[in-house]
Amino acid sequence: MSDTQHNTQGDYLHNPSGLWSWVTTTDHKRIGLMYLFTILLFFFVAGISALIMRTELAHAGPDFLKAQQYNVLFTLHGALMIFLFIVPGIPATLGNFLIPLMIGAKDVAFPRLNLLSYYIYVIGAIIAVIAVIPPVETLSFLKSLGFTGPADTGWTFYAPYSLDTGAAIPWMVFAAFVLGFSSILTGLNFIVTIHKLRAPGMTWDRLPVFIWGSYATAVIQTLATPVVGITLLLVIMERLMGVGIFDAKLGGDPVLYEHMFWFYSHPVVYIMVLPAFGIVGEIIPVFSRKPLFGYKMVCYASLAIAIVGFFVWAHHMFVAGISDFSAIAFSVITFGVAVPTAVKVFNWVSTMYKGSISFTTPMLYAMGFVFLFMVAGTTGIFLATLAVDVFYHDTYFVVAHFHYTIQGGAVIGLMAGLHFWFPKITGKMYNELAGKIGWVLVFAGFNLTFIPQFILGMEGMPRRYFDYLPQFQPMHMLSTVGSFINGFGYTFALLNLFYAAMFSKVKAPANPWNSLSLEWKTASPPITENFAETPIVTEGTYNYGRPVEGLAH
Amino acid sequence: MSSHSTAENYQGPPHVHHMDAPTAYSAAKLGMWLFLATEILLFGGLFAAFALFRWMYLEAFEHASQQLAWGWGALNTLVLLFSSFTAAMAVEAAQKGNNQRVFRLLAITIGCGFIFLIIKFIEYRAKYVHGIWPSSAEWNDPQFNAHYKSFFGLYFCMTGLHALHVILGMGLLAWALRKARVNRYSKEYYTPVEVGALYWHLVDLIWIYLFPLLYLVGHPSWHTPFGH
Ligand SMILES: [Cu+2]
Repeated sequence: MSDTQHNTQGDYLHNPSGLWSWVTTTDHKRIGLMYLFTILLFFFVAGISALIMRTELAHAGPDFLKAQQYNVLFTLHGALMIFLFIVPGIPATLGNFLIPLMIGAKDVAFPRLNLLSYYIYVIGAIIAVIAVIPPVETLSFLKSLGFTGPADTGWTFYAPYSLDTGAAIPWMVFAAFVLGFSSILTGLNFIVTIHKLRAPGMTWDRLPVFIWGSYATAVIQTLATPVVGITLLLVIMERLMGVGIFDAKLGGDPVLYEHMFWFYSHPVVYIMVLPAFGIVGEIIPVFSRKPLFGYKMVCYASLAIAIVGFFVWAHHMFVAGISDFSAIAFSVITFGVAVPTAVKVFNWVSTMYKGSISFTTPMLYAMGFVFLFMVAGTTGIFLATLAVDVFYHDTYFVVAHFHYTIQGGAVIGLMAGLHFWFPKITGKMYNELAGKIGWVLVFAGFNLTFIPQFILGMEGMPRRYFDYLPQFQPMHMLSTVGSFINGFGYTFALLNLFYAAMFSKVKAPANPWNSLSLEWKTASPPITENFAETPIVTEGTYNYGRPVEGLAH
Repeated sequence: MSSHSTAENYQGPPHVHHMDAPTAYSAAKLGMWLFLATEILLFGGLFAAFALFRWMYLEAFEHASQQLAWGWGALNTLVLLFSSFTAAMAVEAAQKGNNQRVFRLLAITIGCGFIFLIIKFIEYRAKYVHGIWPSSAEWNDPQFNAHYKSFFGLYFCMTGLHALHVILGMGLLAWALRKARVNRYSKEYYTPVEVGALYWHLVDLIWIYLFPLLYLVGHPSWHTPFGH
């Protein structure tokens, strides 16, 4: 390795230089950036597929898609958004970039494993992309390799659909397995990093909340992902060999599939959203100039959500034929998750209370997050309620709730973080006005897309349907209009950042927001080794508005 | 890390640029323990499925289980137990810097892995010859009991995945063994042997659960330990 040969005090973007130094890098900051570009690519593709669906749904009746094409599109949208975009969305990008910086380390614990996990992700992504390509004559060799057509089961691959459809489920599922392996390695790396590489004085009760959020996330990544891994392998075995695990025809049990699938796929929403909680927890104190209210509660709430989140999975199965007893038990525990989540919301709001708030773009996204996530949490309570869920299950209500959690939560959190740490990552400043316009478009477009979907769900519009009754027309039209504003908003906001990164002349100072956490104490962009000298931490991260000695502003 | 060529016969831990040697050692160990946790959960899904089906179709499972050759299974249990013992001895030898002994003990451990795989192959072959094999003609015959497909499906998935882990473990130990050949181990540095042995113990542990679950669940016939 060439660590000792190049200039470790130069900025990480240019030292060492050259394309080869990027693709073989073990620098966590560069790996984070490589992840960022890759996931945004899939965000774009999956977003386009959503807009095609919304265009088709703008009018009742078939317009330009066939029903089967619609099935393929929503599978593609779900699978790409979840496995390729939002699961690695925050941990692998901002998590990679920030965790060592925030704890005062030079890198993650296993830098080469970190790079390996990126390439495993890329391999998984390539398999997934080939598996969703529609069969074309010129690529007929793919068919003989088992790529028999794009997956059409939805991202959940429920048995027996996934076993009976002719589509290339084994490959798609294998892609998800490979991506899961990459996610496990990332999580494992972060846990060890946070345990072993904290700078002197960086005790657990001084850790930034983003680290706590990332830690809780990493625990879920490491412990939940293997279960879905084996589940997906069993689907492959069943499809290819006819072993009887999930298919009732072969002596298996389809409900077992749902149990094993949701054992991962409920906690996975916390993989998406816990780091976003962390981001919001970093941003709100900085722009309120107040200490984070109830710091310890915020940290413990992250862990509590991670732990309780392991025991709620069957709330996805209330109408799947599980026993009354388990339905009641899972309903009650699901209500339990609302408690630590509400604790967090109260803490954020209390932090802002009587603060001197500056409405910068990251702060606007953070505040938007708090609002949207409150809607997500509240509607989640509806779905956890047994009697109500029987009605709402498999309607647009679930679709809207899920998007409020994941887009309103995780994606808005990612946007908040990208704007907040943009000066640190690139060493440049973005255009604040354009950032705010982007936020307005995203926020308005998002609500316009999904509030009508709540109403549609309450009126009984089933999800996954390609067509609908005329009475649902107006709300579908509104939702489609909203989705285009939403999509335009993201494009605008991200292009603003991209433009600033490439062409902006405005250099960012080391600490443009006057934040107190460690990553702002090194240069912008950071030097390759992160810190010229290992920092020594003497106090907590959130002493805003208090007289602090020896702080360089 | 290739930067430790300063002293030709340097015996300490390899230089890691971003942490000191004790941290590197404890990080590697914690990393391996976490990885073992993921492996247990990976197999956990299979154990959960097995528990469910055994409970639902007890009779079919007992009957299907009697088709397995418990004698081979028992022999393999002994082989793996013995290899875990030699792996543990290798760690002790590495801590004392006795590289030659590490080499010999790890070679025996890897050899046991080979014996295990050969015995497993003999068992698989016997099943194959009898048509108890996913997607064979007998298997796809509608007469074939569907719950047998669950039992043997799980049997092949569980033991197959385990055999894959045996191979991975052998690879890991071979990597540790290569360093013993160039005398890399000392009181200060024995991480590869330790994490390799940890992994090998897990492979052993999983088999210790698989053996009674699969082979002994259905009152095996004690007179025909090696099948018919
Ligand atoms: Cu859930």
